[in-house]
Amino acid sequence: MGKTIAEKIFDVHLVDQPFGGMNVLRLDRVFCHEITTPTAIQDLIARGKDRVFDPDKVKAVIDHVTPAKDTKTAMQGKVLREWARRHGISDFFDIGRNGVCHAIFPEKGFVRPGFVIIMGDSHTCTHGAFGAFAAGVGTTDLEVGILKGVCAFKQPDTLKIEITGTLRPGVFAKDVILEVIRQITVNGATNQVIEFCGPVVDALSMEARMTLSNMAVEAGATSGICRPDAVTVEYLWSFIKDEFPDREAALADFSRFLPDDDAVYAGHKRIDVTDLVPLTTFGYKPDNVKPVSDMAGTPVDQVYIGSCTNGRIEDLRVAAQVIKGKKIADTVRAIVSPATPAVFSRAMEEGLVKIFMDAGFCVTNPTCGACLGMSNGVLASGEVAAATTNRNFNGRMGKGGMVHLMSPATAAATALTGTITNSSLFTDPARTKQSGKTIRSMS
Amino acid sequence: MTIFSGTALCLDRADINTDEIIPARYLTEIEKNVLGPHLMEDLELAGFDPKKDLAGIGVLVTRQNFGCGSSREHAPWALEANGIRVVIAESFARIFHQNMFNCGMLAITLAPADIDRIFQAAGTASLHIFADVDKGEITVTAGPETWTLPFSLTGFEKALVQAGGWVEYADQNY
Repeated sequence: MGKTIAEKIFDVHLVDQPFGGMNVLRLDRVFCHEITTPTAIQDLIARGKDRVFDPDKVKAVIDHVTPAKDTKTAMQGKVLREWARRHGISDFFDIGRNGVCHAIFPEKGFVRPGFVIIMGDSHTCTHGAFGAFAAGVGTTDLEVGILKGVCAFKQPDTLKIEITGTLRPGVFAKDVILEVIRQITVNGATNQVIEFCGPVVDALSMEARMTLSNMAVEAGATSGICRPDAVTVEYLWSFIKDEFPDREAALADFSRFLPDDDAVYAGHKRIDVTDLVPLTTFGYKPDNVKPVSDMAGTPVDQVYIGSCTNGRIEDLRVAAQVIKGKKIADTVRAIVSPATPAVFSRAMEEGLVKIFMDAGFCVTNPTCGACLGMSNGVLASGEVAAATTNRNFNGRMGKGGMVHLMSPATAAATALTGTITNSSLFTDPARTKQSGKTIRSMS
Repeated sequence: MTIFSGTALCLDRADINTDEIIPARYLTEIEKNVLGPHLMEDLELAGFDPKKDLAGIGVLVTRQNFGCGSSREHAPWALEANGIRVVIAESFARIFHQNMFNCGMLAITLAPADIDRIFQAAGTASLHIFADVDKGEITVTAGPETWTLPFSLTGFEKALVQAGGWVEYADQNY
């Protein structure tokens, strides 16, 4: 019987199967941030077990609230910083070098196909874009990961999601994942691993694949895995060039983890995205999804471009393309938060920061801040945000606030009008058909 | 014998997420007990008043996909700080479910019809639930009526509840 990617990864990491059913896996990476790790550190100290299984496999960053906004968040940073120093964790990213965890860790080359990775953060599934099994866990799992380098998982039943067709201009990976979640719902993949495949996924960049994998958890999935291929190898090449004679050898090695033709899946869904249009959310659940055109005209108070979903350089390039030479509406405030210092620097070199600033955007340092309503752009009660983030729960960006999730292109277009708007990059086929000629949507 | 029991509160909505259980603004707390007074303060549910309704509660009964969203273990901690160590639902989000057992707490999955029956009884009388982990059975008492329902835990889940959590178990075994 053939195996899925997750099953192959489990096979080479299996330490124990206590009581059957559970798989204790050896961890290649434990990622840490300052919100969920300090409580694990305090608990380890209290138990007299302040140890780290392998400081080279543990990577840490301060990203959720940075710069610290008050004495409590300063203390969270201090606990993490002192712990990293005490245990010789050399890959610790403090202010000035820090970025959103799921953007900076891949960018530093810490993720490889076939890895098992945990972090005390639900969007850890992002790293599945590299063909890794990466899962968000709670503080106790994180604590055991830090101490022993293991974590327990159920059998990785896999839902295969095949994306076929061709994406229209102006429709992005964010729209694809919103469509996936709309179709399978917020618990459609609970306790399952999603394997994303098909020609559309094959054609996506690593950054776009990260957007796709990032939101797998919004459908309940443990991890969202893309098949490692030449695109993966190219992204990683500068980090792995000493390990392999050439790219072909790296690809051959990573291909160990590709699913067998006769792999057994818990489910198989094929989604043709040829007719897909830009999407946004309308309620308080990530599966409350509608075409942007159905929501057009909805006023927003704040536009936010950033986060582990859509704060990478390709996202900023698309947003800048939409707003170049234009101004945001008087009724809206707009924030862009490049996800890492490297993204920020690149955005400056390419002139994107100037485009944002000229349009009236506030450009912040890299941080998760506003996405979960902790800092750098929290909403007031009754306010509405258009955001490139991943979660639209009630009050997520601030108590009493509403969030509409969307792609960077749509968010940028929305900043220009102050209401939910399709970007100029998208040509509405319905309107084209009616008039017999191409009409650019308003922006 | 591993027993959990308490007065139960029914929350009639699917997909109650961890932001609703404990909002992100309290994630800057390092002390678990500080979370207690903020449990479910953002949960908007007709007739639900967290300050009043959570007092004296030991068990929650709810619908599908409880605990979806963030990985924050602050959610079970906030429950525990209020004396709630059992959640019974039609289904759970994976991370929340694992977090409960990792903390030595109990997450019980029951069929929708069984949950319906508890909800109906809760409408008419105060509800008490007694869970016996070794027997794999809960006893529901609503006014004069009492009935039992079987539930199943994996061997691993049972071991975590009995060991008082995953840290000690893992440190002894790996």
